[in-house]
Amino acid sequence: MSIQEVVEAVRARFGEALQEVIEFRGETTLVVRRESLVELCRFLRDAPACRFNFLSDLCAVDYWPDRPRFAVNYHLYSLPHNLRLRVKVFLEEEDPVVPTVTGIWPTANWHEREVYDLFGIRFEGHPDLRRILLPEDWEGHPLRRDHPLVVEPVQFSFNWREIDSRKPYVKE
Amino acid sequence: MGAVKEPMAVMAGQKTGEMGVALTTLEEALEWVAAWGRTRAMWPLLFGLACCAIEMMATQASHYDLSRFGMEIMRASPRQADLMIVAGRVSRKMAPVVRRLYDQMTEPKWVIAMGDCASTGGVFNNYAIVQGVDEIIPVDVYVSGCPPRPEGLIEGILLLHEKIRRGQIRLSR
Amino acid sequence: MAIREGEVQEFTLEQLKHLVSERALRGETILLNMGPQHPSTHGVLRLLVELDGETIVSIVPDIGYLHTGIEKHCESKTYTKIIPLTDRIDYLSPMSNNLAYVMAVEKLMGVEVPLRAQYIRVILTELQRIASHLVWLGTHALDIAAMSVFLYCFREREMILDIFEMVSGQRMMVSYFRVGGLWRDVPEGFEDAVRAFLKLMPSRINEYERLLKRNPLWLRRTKGVGVISPEDAIAWGVTGPSLRGSGVNYDVRKAQPYSSYDHFEFDVPLGENGDVYDRFMVRIEEMRQSLRIIDQALRRLPKGPYITPDRKVTPPPKEELAWSMEALIHHFKFWTEGFSPPPGEVYHAVESPRGEFGVYINSDGSPKPRRVHFRAPSFVNLQALPIMAKGCLVADLVAIIGSIDIVLGEIDR
Ligand code: SF4
Repeated sequence: MSIQEVVEAVRARFGEALQEVIEFRGETTLVVRRESLVELCRFLRDAPACRFNFLSDLCAVDYWPDRPRFAVNYHLYSLPHNLRLRVKVFLEEEDPVVPTVTGIWPTANWHEREVYDLFGIRFEGHPDLRRILLPEDWEGHPLRRDHPLVVEPVQFSFNWREIDSRKPYVKE
Repeated sequence: MGAVKEPMAVMAGQKTGEMGVALTTLEEALEWVAAWGRTRAMWPLLFGLACCAIEMMATQASHYDLSRFGMEIMRASPRQADLMIVAGRVSRKMAPVVRRLYDQMTEPKWVIAMGDCASTGGVFNNYAIVQGVDEIIPVDVYVSGCPPRPEGLIEGILLLHEKIRRGQIRLSR
Repeated sequence: MAIREGEVQEFTLEQLKHLVSERALRGETILLNMGPQHPSTHGVLRLLVELDGETIVSIVPDIGYLHTGIEKHCESKTYTKIIPLTDRIDYLSPMSNNLAYVMAVEKLMGVEVPLRAQYIRVILTELQRIASHLVWLGTHALDIAAMSVFLYCFREREMILDIFEMVSGQRMMVSYFRVGGLWRDVPEGFEDAVRAFLKLMPSRINEYERLLKRNPLWLRRTKGVGVISPEDAIAWGVTGPSLRGSGVNYDVRKAQPYSSYDHFEFDVPLGENGDVYDRFMVRIEEMRQSLRIIDQALRRLPKGPYITPDRKVTPPPKEELAWSMEALIHHFKFWTEGFSPPPGEVYHAVESPRGEFGVYINSDGSPKPRRVHFRAPSFVNLQALPIMAKGCLVADLVAIIGSIDIVLGEIDR
């Protein structure tokens, strides 16, 4: 089994829904439409030519200020065939919603919660979409690129008073 | 009040090189005894946050052997501990927990900020990390390093002992 | 942002309704809070445990108490300056993190690494694996109340840390690997130090094994506890010794060899039952295999450069700065601006002591990455904890947490 055969199989089955196939540094990326994501993932997991039974990783990217703004990456691994594949979905800023893949790989649960927490991308049908890393009442999604890093000024001799005044427990 | 010369003064003085300390008042003598007791059996809170906690464990373990300073008992319950070693970075989510743990400790209590993160935020000057644990609790000794070597932590602890010995029984906090 | 003193995040039953069983809502079971400050959660993990008497019905982990914002921080640094941040993700195996990250950048840049550097990388990451497993064994045994193992393990760990200090100047946060090779060549005496360690360690591993393997208390606490089936383990994305304890043969070093791991002979130890005991045995055996790899790599350690001569990713050597203006300019540019990889994205995975540690880098062609994401094995493995612990006694929970070997720095990043 090689990755070419997988790509062929997907192309034969999905045709239009497969927007693009990118080869870069020996890694293959399938860019798909959001509507057929779940179906494609199920196909990749179950079809004998693919058998991508292991979801290595799921992460989002913010392409701000480019458009479409967000992308969600699914890094798949096939234990039987020893292949890696990346599936990618682009999302518009106004509508950052993707269907969940927790029904296919249960491990996506926390990954999707993390993406929701840090990027504000919602996963439709997720069983428990709460913030995971940040406190429940946190405002904003820090990993968006228009969110500042929130750097605090470094304490030097000229501004130590100002900074110490924010630290009520500093002594001496 | 006549001069009170504690037998223990000589005993402990031999170690610190303060042979023949003459204490003048009973109050001073009491203070001395209390400080002596406090430094000789200090129970740290078993509380690790991040990387520095691994070095804290190494300090406890065979090679560096913190029990030489009467500190081998780490207490997991804050109510039984006198010393909080904040070993690692404190995130915004963790900060209230640290504060609550500190509040639960009984007086007298001390705090060592171990590592750059606990002292100033260290390399992580960003949205998630509290820039120095002194924003939420009072700190007695700061230990620098990322992570501090076990020797560094031991020095910090000895510095704290020194501070306690010089201080008064009733901490004015 | 102001910190609200004393306000610990609290949950109401209403919020957790979908995560606990029906009986909890009727008040038949109790919900117990464990952590974030608890001696055996190995850091700041918080668990909400639903108990029926002493039996665990369900677990709701609550993480994020060590969220450091490393991924966001990476976006504001050049590629070289990210290396020290990667140390602090999984602080029990900085070498593996460094390796994963620099290999991902090398893949992005298309840089070849000299063989000597690859071999030294292998030696050091395998030493790191042993050191990490030693900490795991010590704390795991301590959780199940075997104190002496802890003291023994830390004794040997110091030897490894001494070697790290020798090569990098730091005990834990080494930052020794660079894009294209190493920071420096290993110093004199490195090989002797590693040899001395290789000579001593096998007997010490036997000693730990003898201490625990036939110990009836240990067996009662570990055998048949925290079982996870191979199918569940794969579905939940478990990797590393926790996956191999269930008998699934997946080790990135074998499946997709990197950094010339295919030059060395080693076995991948597998368990059968997927319980705490099997995971323990897998890790013990892994330490032996690591010794085997180190031994081979040290014997065959080639001579040659320790970093690639490709000036795109490496600064010019110090001597050249004295006489070459170009080198000086290049040096300055390299450290202030950094290098710019082509636009694109890569994912590279290595086998860290805890499982598949992956780094995803998305470059927009500028000297700073658009996005860096770390696939942390503990983060994924911890998800399987509720499945392992279901139906166990609450006292066994401590053993199970210990056996999946989590590092909170990596979970929360
Ligand atoms: S000071 Fe360094 S070692 Fe300590 S917690 Fe911070 S990053 Fe980790």
